[in-house]
Amino acid sequence: MSVLNELKVGETGVLVALDLPESVQNHLMHMGFVPDALVKVLRRAPAGDPTVYGIDGMEIALRHETAGAIRIRPVAATKAAESAEGLALIEASL
Amino acid sequence: MSGCCTPPPFVPPTIPPQNASLRTVVLIGPPNAGKSTLFNRLTGLRQKVANYPGVTVEQHMGLMAGVGREDLTLIDLPGIYSLDPFSEDARVSIDVLRGNMPGTPRPDVVLMVLDSLHLTRQLMLAAPVLALGLPTLVLLNMSDLMEARGGTVDALELARELGTPVAKISAVNGVGLEAVSLFLHSQTPRLGALPLSLPVLGNAASTHAWAANISHLSGYHAPLSAEKSRKLDDVLLHRIWGPLLFMAVVIGVFEVVFSIGQPLSDGFGVILADIANLVRPLIPTGWIQSLLLDGAWKGISSVLVFLPQILLLFLFIGILEDSGYLARAALIADRVMRTIGLNGKAFIPLLSAYACAVPAIMATRTIENKRDRLATILVTPFMTCSARLPVYMLLIAAFIPNTFYLHGFLGLRTIVMLSLYLAGFVGAMTTARLLKSSILKSSDAPFILELPQYRMPTVRSLSLRLIDRAHVFLRQAGTVILCVTLALWVLAHLPVVQGPSGSLSAPELANSLIGRLGHFIEPAIAPLGFNWKIGIGLLSSVLAREVMVSTMGTLYGADADTHAQSLQAALHHDMTMGGALALMIFFAFAMQCTSTMAVVKRETNSWKWPAIQFLYMLVVAWCAAFAVNHIAMAFGG
Repeated sequence: MSVLNELKVGETGVLVALDLPESVQNHLMHMGFVPDALVKVLRRAPAGDPTVYGIDGMEIALRHETAGAIRIRPVAATKAAESAEGLALIEASL
Repeated sequence: MSGCCTPPPFVPPTIPPQNASLRTVVLIGPPNAGKSTLFNRLTGLRQKVANYPGVTVEQHMGLMAGVGREDLTLIDLPGIYSLDPFSEDARVSIDVLRGNMPGTPRPDVVLMVLDSLHLTRQLMLAAPVLALGLPTLVLLNMSDLMEARGGTVDALELARELGTPVAKISAVNGVGLEAVSLFLHSQTPRLGALPLSLPVLGNAASTHAWAANISHLSGYHAPLSAEKSRKLDDVLLHRIWGPLLFMAVVIGVFEVVFSIGQPLSDGFGVILADIANLVRPLIPTGWIQSLLLDGAWKGISSVLVFLPQILLLFLFIGILEDSGYLARAALIADRVMRTIGLNGKAFIPLLSAYACAVPAIMATRTIENKRDRLATILVTPFMTCSARLPVYMLLIAAFIPNTFYLHGFLGLRTIVMLSLYLAGFVGAMTTARLLKSSILKSSDAPFILELPQYRMPTVRSLSLRLIDRAHVFLRQAGTVILCVTLALWVLAHLPVVQGPSGSLSAPELANSLIGRLGHFIEPAIAPLGFNWKIGIGLLSSVLAREVMVSTMGTLYGADADTHAQSLQAALHHDMTMGGALALMIFFAFAMQCTSTMAVVKRETNSWKWPAIQFLYMLVVAWCAAFAVNHIAMAFGG
């Protein structure tokens, strides 16, 4: 079990839970940050923070401390039944 | 420029509706899904559209003239992700949708606009919206783009799953809009058939699962992600190239505003002067000619000449907003913004304040944290708006030599202009830091920013922006500036004095009413290097900054010594280099704009904040101008 801000650029994780205030958590979930979603680290801002994450085909930027409150698990431990996109990503990462 | 976002009041339709109970249609959808583009198509109006989430921050109404339904009122709303308000603009949407917004009719029919490129996530909004029970047409916008990128969706199947009609459209290209007409035509108000199974409302996880299931059942395949956007970002958000390119763009904009804009403005000025000379013989000599040509026309044309340069600046801002770069700029700026206690999202209104502070202050509604929002509102007027441009341009052209460095790449005039922009930015940042570490202290609000895909700005959208801007500028010149110049001319010609030959004539400017007023305030501004004439300009510029320029035009036109001189040459009678630099820095910091004060009052709900803001900025401006004038004097300026 780890958190989102520990991933390096190019790595993918599976979202487990958000440890954030309810209003923020709700907002993020409506932007696609729901349990079992695949999150990929796309790039860091020039200053190193915030980081751009790819989720649900969208690009969303979060600061280090917000990403630190998002728990993830490695992709390999995922049930391979998520989606076609998920499968492709898993294959690419293996 | 002031008054740029006060649209004429909406007048409800007077035509008796064809169907007494169907009058109001509402557009709803997630941010940046294309609602305002569709609104403009359906109404024939021109609401602002751009490529970043949060462009629309309040409700807009219009008649659906674009599809021949003048009997129906269409309401455009800020984008929302769910029916739980997270920020001020979202609260507006939810109140209108529920019929709780005073002054806005309760909607009878809903047009839900979803971005087909990200349909699964966008469908999450469908659950709470359909649960409202209003007849709803779901519009899959940008479906042409989705299909071109290899995505698919079965609209019929989706309609079956949702229990409500679905149509594929492209608002930008105007494709598929007949579906809207058909839907409204066939629609007799009744409860829309609810989908067979709606998720537990308010639970984001179950809503997402529901949306994913629906999108799966309707055969939705997301298009390939936009590789082009990512490749562009590899450069534009690069560790080194990103910030460097950002700087290069900013410097380039000002170089172009000078190197192309200045000759354009000069040429325009010659045309305006020629018009006066052509008209002069047609008007009988005497005080009427003096009032019209030396008073009104001289004042107005001294501001009008800057129109080409202001339009150039707006062209660049338009390209930045429409391409999707603005959100990247916010991302780059987050690190700096965080050191002053705000986040990168506050950077978007601050950047748009380079055009005008009034819409920028409205745009702060997207900032979730209330204290962050107030701090942003309070510092926004420091950003160099386009109304300062005429003042800077005039003074720079009159006082700063046109020398170049680096083999002609960087002009001294550009450097001075950039320094003034930088001064405004530093003023904003410092003030924000002070506010955030004292009265507006709060815990860090999370920074959540959606990056839109890059889009090529269209010629149509850019030219519409420029036409609208020129319109605002001309209207301002024809109303506020005309009135001020006429009033000034009158005050400069009273009281009439009896000449040696017994004829009545205007007094010396210094002895006129306005001259006496100028002399009255002179002690307060003399330490800054300003004399009484500049003082009159400063007083009149409280209405709007560019009035300063027209005032000087009118004053010099009324003064026998400078009557025949150009404005630039005439200024040398009243100012040294030190005074000119001090005047520029005074304009960089002072709050001279009644429109901005009015919008701050509206957004903060009290006169307290605009009053504090006005006094604070006045003090900062006075001190900075004092310092600049004395430093320049020490160097012999």
